[in-house]
Amino acid sequence: MPAKCDIAFSLNGVKRELTVPAGMSALEMLRDRLGLTGTKYGCGEGECGACTILVDGSTVNSCLMFAADCDGRELVTIEGVAVSAAGERLRDAFVANGAVQCGFCTPGLMVQASHLIERHPGADEATIRRGIEGNLCRCTGYRKIIDAVAAAAKEKSHE
Amino acid sequence: MADIERYKTPTSLAEATEILRAGNVTVLAGGTDLLPQTQAGRVHFQPTLMNVRRVPELQGIAEEGAVVRIGALVTITELLESALVRGRLGILWQACDHFASDQIRNAATVGGNLCNASPAGDTLVPLLALDARVVLAAKPDGAVQTRRVPLAEFLLGPGRTCRAPTELLAAVEVPLPPAGFAGEFYKHGTRPGLDIAAISIAAGARRDGAVLRDVRIAFGAVAPTVIRAPRTEAVLEGRAPDAATLAAAVHAALGEIQPISDVRASDWYRRELIGNILKRVLTHACQM
Repeated sequence: MPAKCDIAFSLNGVKRELTVPAGMSALEMLRDRLGLTGTKYGCGEGECGACTILVDGSTVNSCLMFAADCDGRELVTIEGVAVSAAGERLRDAFVANGAVQCGFCTPGLMVQASHLIERHPGADEATIRRGIEGNLCRCTGYRKIIDAVAAAAKEKSHE
Repeated sequence: MADIERYKTPTSLAEATEILRAGNVTVLAGGTDLLPQTQAGRVHFQPTLMNVRRVPELQGIAEEGAVVRIGALVTITELLESALVRGRLGILWQACDHFASDQIRNAATVGGNLCNASPAGDTLVPLLALDARVVLAAKPDGAVQTRRVPLAEFLLGPGRTCRAPTELLAAVEVPLPPAGFAGEFYKHGTRPGLDIAAISIAAGARRDGAVLRDVRIAFGAVAPTVIRAPRTEAVLEGRAPDAATLAAAVHAALGEIQPISDVRASDWYRRELIGNILKRVLTHACQM
């Protein structure tokens, strides 16, 4: 009989209680159990960053995290970031700079960029490039994404 | 994939080692290696999965006498943010700066990197150069006991260590290098982020007038484990790092490595890299 774990955690500010198989990833839990499909399954190995979420204020690849390990922690997904002031700033900057093409990498990039700007308000280009090195985009060539994140970072630093 | 029959979340080292004593345990820390390895079928779960995140004895970075104690659960990001690591263990700090991506650095732990025992493990190369030792804890007869093992003896081969199944890696202890010790970590891959090293080098020394003292050199991804290069160190020790000495050091280094050809590089290319990059990092180190 596979082990099940009873877990309780905060998800986008709302308390959740769930029973999950011990071997399940946080990404599977978010998408398949909770229906939050903004977080994407890309590579499943932590290479692409499409599944980036915030856990206790730091970004992680949710494909590399056990769902059971979410117990007692604070999770924020793209659905939570999107309705924050930082998320709205980033979305506007991504649209204004044409930083979205197919859109698959966008949720992960926005979560990572929100964390980056939180840590480094007014981040310069080198800091932005380092900060998003764990997020792959196969459409834009990154230029427009870097411009968008820089614009959002600049706006944040002027607050 | 084998079924996990029990999921345990101990809250003390005594409890964690008691669970290990019962046997058949897979230890979970950051999960960044364990989850993809088990999903790909390269590693099979034991019936008990033990998440050690809430064991306080595995946390924290502290200077204790002449040693820096780094708890097994310390993440790569915590190492990067530590003034002690940056100031006194510079080559370890540099390796953390080259480690994977922000998302992985936030989750991956130094204990996990050590127990995963990759021949290319980024933190292993500087830790070996810095004469680190691991602290293994077990509870054979009612009381927690620890033993200290030099990293060079801990690592046995790719993915293999001398940790017994009933032992937990609790911490890694790094003796503070002598004052004036400076060095460089260099990792060669195809891109800066998220790459596994084709080769890596950690080299450090202390300048004493014109000559080098306390020379420490370690290599990654050129042998079944990360390795120290004692013959290369001996060539450089007490010598001025002139062109002839550097050439002799490279000659010695090429005799100490046993690189293989794989998807990341051919053995020939790895030899070329070791020779050229060793010369470069030694030249940099000598200018410090």
